[in-house]
Amino acid sequence: MRETAQSHFQKATEIVGTSAPRKEGVGKVTGAARYIDDIVLPGMWHGATVRSSIPRGRIKSIEFGDGIAWEEFVIVTAKDIPAKNRIALIMDHDQPVLADEMTNHPEEAIVLLAHADKTRLHEAVKAVKIEYEPLPAVFTMEESERQQAIVWGEDNIIKKFLMQKGDVDAVWNTAAHIVEGEYFTGAQEQLYIENNGVIAEWSDEDGLKIQGSMQCPFYVHKAMLSIFGLSAEKVRVIQVETGGAFGGKEDYPSLIAAHAGLLAMKARRPIKIVYDRMEDLAATTKRHPCRTRYRTAVDESGRLLAMDIQVDTDGGAYATVSPTVLSRATIHSSGPYSCDNVRVRSHAWATNLPPHGAFRGFGAPQSIFGIERHMDQIAKAVGISPEEVRRRNFLEQGKSTATGQIIRDPIDMHGMLARALQVSDYHEKRKRFAEENKTNAVKRGMGIASFMHGSGFTGSGERRLASVVAMEADVKGRATVLVSSTEFGQGTNTILCQVAAEALGIPYEDVGIAQPDTSRVPNSGPTVASRTAMIVGRLVHDAAHALVEKLREKNLLLNKYSAKEFRDACYAYTEKFGALKSEVCYKAPEGIFWDDEKYQGEAYPAFSWAVYVAEVAVDTRTYAAEVVNFYALQEVGRVLNPVLAAGQIEGGVAQGVGYALYEKVVWKDGRMSNNQMTNYIMPTSADIPNIEVYFEELACEHGPYGAKGIGELPHDGPAPAILNAVQDATGVSFCTIPLLPEDIFLRLQDPTRELELMEPVR
Amino acid sequence: MKIAKISFTVNGKPHSLEAPPIKRLLDVLREDLALTGTKEGCGEGECGSCSVLMNGVLVNSCLVPVLQAQGAELLTVEGLANHGKLVVLQQKFLEHGGAQCGICTPGMMMAAEALLSRHANPKLEEIREGLAGNLCRCTGYMKIFESVRQAIDSAEKTTR
Amino acid sequence: MVAPASLREALQLLAQSPGEWTPIAGGTELMVALGVGRLQSKKLVSLWGLSELRYILASANEISIGAGATFTDMRNDKIIAQEFPLLALAASWTGAIANQNRGTLGGNIVNASPAADSPPALLVYQAEIELVSAGGTRRMPYKDFHLGYKRTVLAPGELVKAVHLPRAEKLPVQYIRKVGTRNAMAISKVELAAVGAMRSGKVAEVRIAAASLQEIPARLLVTEAVLRGQPLSASVVDAARKALLSEAKPIDDIRSTANYRAQVAANLLEEFLLQLAASSDEARV
Repeated sequence: MRETAQSHFQKATEIVGTSAPRKEGVGKVTGAARYIDDIVLPGMWHGATVRSSIPRGRIKSIEFGDGIAWEEFVIVTAKDIPAKNRIALIMDHDQPVLADEMTNHPEEAIVLLAHADKTRLHEAVKAVKIEYEPLPAVFTMEESERQQAIVWGEDNIIKKFLMQKGDVDAVWNTAAHIVEGEYFTGAQEQLYIENNGVIAEWSDEDGLKIQGSMQCPFYVHKAMLSIFGLSAEKVRVIQVETGGAFGGKEDYPSLIAAHAGLLAMKARRPIKIVYDRMEDLAATTKRHPCRTRYRTAVDESGRLLAMDIQVDTDGGAYATVSPTVLSRATIHSSGPYSCDNVRVRSHAWATNLPPHGAFRGFGAPQSIFGIERHMDQIAKAVGISPEEVRRRNFLEQGKSTATGQIIRDPIDMHGMLARALQVSDYHEKRKRFAEENKTNAVKRGMGIASFMHGSGFTGSGERRLASVVAMEADVKGRATVLVSSTEFGQGTNTILCQVAAEALGIPYEDVGIAQPDTSRVPNSGPTVASRTAMIVGRLVHDAAHALVEKLREKNLLLNKYSAKEFRDACYAYTEKFGALKSEVCYKAPEGIFWDDEKYQGEAYPAFSWAVYVAEVAVDTRTYAAEVVNFYALQEVGRVLNPVLAAGQIEGGVAQGVGYALYEKVVWKDGRMSNNQMTNYIMPTSADIPNIEVYFEELACEHGPYGAKGIGELPHDGPAPAILNAVQDATGVSFCTIPLLPEDIFLRLQDPTRELELMEPVR
Repeated sequence: MKIAKISFTVNGKPHSLEAPPIKRLLDVLREDLALTGTKEGCGEGECGSCSVLMNGVLVNSCLVPVLQAQGAELLTVEGLANHGKLVVLQQKFLEHGGAQCGICTPGMMMAAEALLSRHANPKLEEIREGLAGNLCRCTGYMKIFESVRQAIDSAEKTTR
Repeated sequence: MVAPASLREALQLLAQSPGEWTPIAGGTELMVALGVGRLQSKKLVSLWGLSELRYILASANEISIGAGATFTDMRNDKIIAQEFPLLALAASWTGAIANQNRGTLGGNIVNASPAADSPPALLVYQAEIELVSAGGTRRMPYKDFHLGYKRTVLAPGELVKAVHLPRAEKLPVQYIRKVGTRNAMAISKVELAAVGAMRSGKVAEVRIAAASLQEIPARLLVTEAVLRGQPLSASVVDAARKALLSEAKPIDDIRSTANYRAQVAANLLEEFLLQLAASSDEARV
């Protein structure tokens, strides 16, 4: 029986909504938690990777230099790959496991080495001499757009979208103002504090076993099948305790797992590959750089009449997740606003950089930076305040998004905006700052960002994933959640156990969650896209109810029961009928319509909504901008665990602060040249502002107890809020992030100086 | 590479071992002593996940050649809990969201220990400074400050 | 790697095989180089913990900081805090707590990075540096120690023994500001240290030094000359800014740009001069 949104949401809960202690927390505070580099297997050797030193070219020869006892090493090249030399991911399977005849980016893996003694590898890697015939390479999306050197497919375009609503071109003549703007976001490194690592084991009888730091064990599982030519039961992938991921361990682990697997197969012994920081920074994925261009028509009151938007991303050398990142960037590019005429033309361009990948937000932070900066420019052009331009354009229940999705769930953007301005003391501060800025060397300002983030996979994605969740209860009535959803700090284990305990009616302490092991758990989909709480959580809830139903069917439980009665029922069931287990599969809600061709319809089952306010100080002596206070308000359906939820917001805001003001990837010929923590700057505890977090809860029928996704939402808003605040403080509009003091210096020194604009697209 | 004989105590227990004198203290702890609670995050003394106390003082063990730990008293995360009973700091990190993915947590708690051994009741500014050498990518630091604050306030109550 | 039990042993080792042994103190610099492979097959002689090097002693005339004193030692010292606050501040801005517990003043000076945080403070305090070898000791003004980018006067077999700061003079206006990539754990993009005093509305004495403006930590002598004996009028301040820009020769590197460093240094100078002017017994209205 499917409860209505209202009743399901309003149900009083005892465990959901409390700050239940982190399920795997004790190990984390005692140092007992075992991450991949803590694991040592008997007879294990260590692996290392020889990587391309050029951005693009033919590999002519591989020589093994003098001075190394090569006979002690296991050596693997592309020739050793049993089946397909390709990583099977989402769409184009163009990324090789090991470069064979061609290399397409610096740091591309070419040769693998293994040795018993880890300290011997560094020297050996340096002694492998590779001869190349360099080819012209492309290092930016602008170069790729010029299509002078074609480095991918026929035209360098990995993916493109045309998303249209209404008729944009019919409106220009009626507009009171036409406002144009161009915005740019740079690459960003996920910077999980635990580097990528895996251990692979091979046996001819059992096949391949991978343990490692990862988000998606079934992605790795699927990738190994086609590389090694194995059937599904011959590959086993296990996620071990993972020290941060943020998207950086969504697809990359398939590559490092394949490498370790190949060495294990050849060496006939377990192989561990763990990157050091310099290698991880240089060789693995980054957030896609993105350029957005807005041409918007508004009426005299600032109401949006039409939005003509271009979104262009730099995908790096291979497709990997670029199509889906572009999809999300495209769909989020028009913001939480109602507009009848929208056209978005987007492209993911190939370059000769290491492929860019997933990072919290997955395209949304990029395009939301554009629209939220642009709204402030619209406000200026029309002569109204940044808050007013948003009020006049907010989506409301019954209005439709840029994909034509009617908002059915209640939203309260107006209320949230008002509360955000109140808790941040926005008006008082702006008044005070306006006065003080006249004489102070430190200029202060306030900035707003309002935004939404779709939970779950886009459009038909969740239907295609067809996630499965299982639940078991043992003879003592202790339940185990069986999912492939992984914990990497965000609280998966805890919230899913809370939901299960609540739905079963038993104590939280009596529920556990199985380690994500592809030989044990069903495929509940990847741990990405802010889907875990809402999609997987709902399935956990349903699996719990299905398990209870099994007990009721055998007359072992009544409608209402105590925890003891549940325990007794499990005992009785197990004695009489055997293992007690339930399994449920995702069913797409009725009436969901999505057109993959036109990119129209219900893009997401639900959105989370937010209004963020940043207070910044810009020191005109050092040109440094700092965030002084930050206020994060969001509506997320139902907060499953207040401490964990707030922690997600604070962590996402901190990353957003880094994205805006500190984290710059310095590229030199396609390679990250600042690949050390000393030179890639993330905020320390001395840099992060005070962050105030407020949650609002409005009914949502899809998630468990009304919960919606929150993992990525907090990274969408900080950057534009901060740069809007910098504009408020200095009067200067900066359109590029990261915004470093050197950039502020150049503009304040010479106000007539234009941004270093890229050449226009043909 | 020559091999040196090293003796020190770790978490109150004496150890004698042989290792290349230049081997990083971090590697000796993790490999020779199988104390894997101390982590490597960067190998360059920037992230603090390898922090331990050496003679009561916070150091990045990835930068200490083991020869220089000769005769030292070392405290690692494994030495905090009292025969399995969590100390207040660990308890508060657990209750107040101080640990998310947990990889920075051992080093962070060692830094907090070091801070609290020098300041019984540090202000927020001093907590920020005391932990500035320990990078956390998950929490945004807010709940780490809260966990430390709670540990201080709770300890004050128990000593009264 | 060896750990001699005394300074004498260490110096003998260095004298026997000049150039073969690299001294290592707290390791905060060398261990990174080792990890990155820049210090392969180097023989290391450890100076860590040698009592002949790790001390801070105050006499009537000067305070002597042993080369083995850590940044934390310097922060904890009462005399440094009271009489040489710029050095205490610089020490507090170096890395973070764990680096300060191991990094030594000697190591910092010998590493000779133009970006180091303490040297500008040492320069404005007119420090003397004492060097020691198996053959004896010598003292010289610290300002003569650096010859060029990462080149010093250290002879083979020679170590820094101590740095001495004269206690006599206490200039009332003391200024130091470091501009880094973030508030902690940051290598400086530029740093300015300055001390000064006004008398009868004119600059009686001023000493200014900077990090990351030249290939060595340097006193800004041209700028000082423009200021000495002058009132701090708008035109003098402007002339001082121009003088600083003329003697600043910063570079573009992975952390920042030459232009930025120079302009920010000029802004910091102006910030110091504002403080200096405010200290004048004939305060300008």
